[in-house]
Amino acid sequence: MRSDDEQTFPGRLFVVEGIDGSGKSTQLSLLQKWLASEGYGTYFSEWNSSPLVRDVTRRGKKKRLFTPMTFSLIHATDFADRSERHIIPPLKAGAIVLADRYAYTAFARDVARGVNARWVRNLYQFAVTPTIGFYFRISVDEAVKRIVGGRDAISYYEAGMDRTHIDDTAESFRVFQGAVIDEYDRMVEEFGLVVIDASQSIEDQQAQMRVAVTRSLLGARKMDARA
Amino acid sequence: MSRFAFYGPGLPTIEAGELKGKLIVVEGADGVGRSTHIALLKEWFERTGHAVLDTGMTRSALAGKGLEAATEGNTLGPIATSLFYATDFADRLENAIIPALRAGFVVLTDRYIYSLMARAIVRGADPRWMKGLYEFALKPDIVIYLQADVEQLVRRVVQTTGFNYWESGMDLNLGDDMYDSFLEYQGRLLRIFDAMSREYGFHVVGTTAHIEDVAEEIRNHVEPLFAAGVSA
Repeated sequence: MRSDDEQTFPGRLFVVEGIDGSGKSTQLSLLQKWLASEGYGTYFSEWNSSPLVRDVTRRGKKKRLFTPMTFSLIHATDFADRSERHIIPPLKAGAIVLADRYAYTAFARDVARGVNARWVRNLYQFAVTPTIGFYFRISVDEAVKRIVGGRDAISYYEAGMDRTHIDDTAESFRVFQGAVIDEYDRMVEEFGLVVIDASQSIEDQQAQMRVAVTRSLLGARKMDARA
Repeated sequence: MSRFAFYGPGLPTIEAGELKGKLIVVEGADGVGRSTHIALLKEWFERTGHAVLDTGMTRSALAGKGLEAATEGNTLGPIATSLFYATDFADRLENAIIPALRAGFVVLTDRYIYSLMARAIVRGADPRWMKGLYEFALKPDIVIYLQADVEQLVRRVVQTTGFNYWESGMDLNLGDDMYDSFLEYQGRLLRIFDAMSREYGFHVVGTTAHIEDVAEEIRNHVEPLFAAGVSA
């Protein structure tokens, strides 16, 4: 990721990370409602948002055309597009940008697929370093219980079946996401991620997020949409 | 048999050492005669008993269509475009080049990572970043670089396909028209290729001579690779 001295954007970038079922998206949308009510201009940036790349990704997943390398590269392509289009411009405009998953997702899951850790970090060199990266830590067993729709809702690549070669989706998910969690844990120190224990109540987690965010809002612009 | 290696950490699940065959890259500017010389080389290899896969910058099964759409509409930013090309290249490397090498083919490729890097660098990409990105690529046995100056390229282009948008680098707004833009764009590309030529040890072959003489010089560069193999 870019070094801090290159970044002089007036906005702020808060990202949430964690495996599926960790509750990170719920927390991010609660954070957005609060920031908006406080008068900040918020901008929501999701993973997989570019139509052009999304078509390739969708087809590749459906037909299972991906190798660990092409899986990594197509997601980096999508991220670059998202970054050039939906992250950097609003940050320049002084918005609070909220990202559900960021480069850390790639660092965790690509490395869990066998991609070289140093290589994938270089790949994302163009990414803006977030103001705060939140990591919602949860055990795999707890995450599986929380996934809406149960095992049928877990896809082939999410379960890492291309990597584990385990036929049972839920079992493959456990093995693969376990490796993803190990990678996240390694990144906490490397990138200074703020760890939120996702087994706590939703309210407690949100309160902790707001405390951390408040500290970094000093000097951030408020925008009244109606002004 | 050559022992292959990657430029960096390489590809997960692929052991470069188990690959046989030869990987021969022909690089050079637009209109320098790459396809002519690849066709001649292919014929020569087959005559001497080698199975050949020739692969150009044709699009991959995975990203080909999307890439075409991106080129037509110019809808992706420069970093995303570079990565999209890298995805396409990785798909071809893993699904065409590597299987052929595993089977012991001579793989002749019209361009390789060097053209992809040069095009990105000329559009502002950080050369060190590009180099790191393509560390997953296999090191070829040899890179034949067909060299020409811009005046030669212009003469060839006007007599064949005429100037086109991408080969003239029109997206970069370098000149008033395709001719001016072509001169500036191809000139910049040639300078990047010259630097890469030293860094990656290209075998430089001039293209001012008659086609048959150029072809012979190319064969002279390639032949030592097969010294201990099938009669070449």
